[in-house]
Amino acid sequence: MKKILSGFFAVSLGCLSLPAFAAGDAVELPEQEWSFDGVFGTYDKASMQRGFQVYQKVCSACHSLDLIAFRNLTDLGYNEDEIKAIAAEYTVEDGPNDEGEMFERAGSASDRFPAPFPNEKAAASANGGKAPPDLSLMAKARVGGPDYLYGLLTGYEDAPADIDVGNLSYNKYFPGHLISMSPPLFGDDVEYGDGTEATVEQMATDVSHFLMWAAEPKLEARKQTGVKVMIFLIIFTLIMYAAKRKAFAKVH
Amino acid sequence: MSFKSNNKVVQWVEDRLPIISVMHHSIYEYPMPKNLNYLWNFGSLAGFALVTMIVTGIILAMQYTAHVDLAFNSVERIMRDVNNGWLIRYIHMNMASFFFIAVYIHMFRGLYYGSYKAPRELLWQLGVVIFLLMMATAFMGYVLPWGQMSFWGATVITNLFSAIPIVGENIVTWLWGGFSVDNPTLNRFFALHYLLPFIIVAVVMLHLIALHTVSSNNPLGIDMKGPQDSLPMQPYYTIKDLLGVGVFLIAFSVFLFWAPNYMGHPDNYIPANPLSTPAHIVPEWYFLPFYAILRAIPDKLGGVLAMFGAIAVLFILPWLDRSPIRSCKFRPMARIFFWIFLINGLALGYLGGQPAEGVFVIASRIATAYYFFHFLVLMPFILPMIERPRELPSSIHEAVMKS
Repeated sequence: MKKILSGFFAVSLGCLSLPAFAAGDAVELPEQEWSFDGVFGTYDKASMQRGFQVYQKVCSACHSLDLIAFRNLTDLGYNEDEIKAIAAEYTVEDGPNDEGEMFERAGSASDRFPAPFPNEKAAASANGGKAPPDLSLMAKARVGGPDYLYGLLTGYEDAPADIDVGNLSYNKYFPGHLISMSPPLFGDDVEYGDGTEATVEQMATDVSHFLMWAAEPKLEARKQTGVKVMIFLIIFTLIMYAAKRKAFAKVH
Repeated sequence: MSFKSNNKVVQWVEDRLPIISVMHHSIYEYPMPKNLNYLWNFGSLAGFALVTMIVTGIILAMQYTAHVDLAFNSVERIMRDVNNGWLIRYIHMNMASFFFIAVYIHMFRGLYYGSYKAPRELLWQLGVVIFLLMMATAFMGYVLPWGQMSFWGATVITNLFSAIPIVGENIVTWLWGGFSVDNPTLNRFFALHYLLPFIIVAVVMLHLIALHTVSSNNPLGIDMKGPQDSLPMQPYYTIKDLLGVGVFLIAFSVFLFWAPNYMGHPDNYIPANPLSTPAHIVPEWYFLPFYAILRAIPDKLGGVLAMFGAIAVLFILPWLDRSPIRSCKFRPMARIFFWIFLINGLALGYLGGQPAEGVFVIASRIATAYYFFHFLVLMPFILPMIERPRELPSSIHEAVMKS
């Protein structure tokens, strides 16, 4: 019976560790150490603020961030006034007003980030035929998550001699290697407010960190809840185990 | 009924509706074999998972919008703006997988200990019906977030019906409610995804009535012969089931809180796009063995028939296995072939997740052939010829005392 149980156990564990989908021709990603990894992982607010800066100065020229509202930036450590100020830098379309006209006004905390292009066709036509994808969920929508984003942003290199890249770029980590996005980061693309040196690696780390938050804003609450639930469950299970032992003690 | 209560209200109800004595009889004093091992926990765990799915599902339905333009963002709104929405949605997502884990272990336990044999044939068949309903429900549930895998999974699976001769194309159009997977498809999938779990509950009730009529099988596979062989459900198996729930929830929580997307596919965080096909369309992990069987047959209709046949064969299993001995404990050959079958099933699961090319196709064909060989040739014809079962103990009590 023990043997059968352990057999079933091994098998069910085996099921879980099976890679459920094809890895394809992906190159091994450069695994980074993230503060949000691990049992007690949390986001690094300074890194997210820097990453947000990179998003604003670089990514947002082409990429939308549809699911994020300015008010969500409290998670990055900004206070209400700072968020109002950030939102006010943007112009959003509102309306129709009482005359039936659409009008433009300064953004407020409840607005979402305005997209750089009015629609997908416009985005595609301005970017060589391929619309830049929305970044809200990017850190969950690719195999490898933030490691993949970091890899992609730092993985541009010269194509091997036998590959004709045309008007595309060559990227070590992009599936198929030929990517429409030209290298976005060159170093010192932004001037960090906190004095951190804006190397390509630093910016890639920060913006990946920021995008992980954008994709999974409840990660900290999730892990903290998990620790509490786990403590409860372990105590509950131990009590049940003791009760079961006691109930069965007299059974022969 | 021997049931009498000192409480006047209880007795008043009981005299008019015997619900209290029925409950007393079937979840309190109900006699169960005293030698059940922990593999007998997975039935109650599956029931626990079903209730969890229904409760979280109803809450999600209050916030979800079944429309192709709104579904994806309504799920993201649940994840971001609804209080504890992320928790409810991740529970629903991950418990679906754990429901299948519990049910697969429950089924393999039944296979190993011969729980499908007389007089438990109907009990087993009702279980197969539940399994089929679960697969339909899970498939339609996966379509609801309207991500890339939702859309393309729905397209691939509904297209299977086009393999039916002559009327196939018409059936697919009828299933879709249009000429492609679109808003009518999403709407009906939502309606059915909400309906089917309650049908599952009804079949579970029948499953339990059948169980309580024939009583539980046990690791020895011999019948209970008297009170010395059994224990009442309360407190013995209620407490053991609760211990099982505790361990199950610990394993579940590891995924829920630290790897909630591990068993999902990243592509489903990309909104559905009918103009862009993902590189590999893969179903959820619990469908992979059947997906491998589907793709192993080079002919479309043949593949569909093989896939449904893989489940249909479970339906007639009680008559394919001709050995009078239930438990593999006393069947030295059947035991070996059980493990080979299990490994073969896992191999099918692995192959279902690989691209359908090269060596994977050949391996899928071998594994598919073995799956049917096990049920259709080995069990009814070869095992009875080569196997000499070991001697059965005379009673559960005697066997327990000896060990």
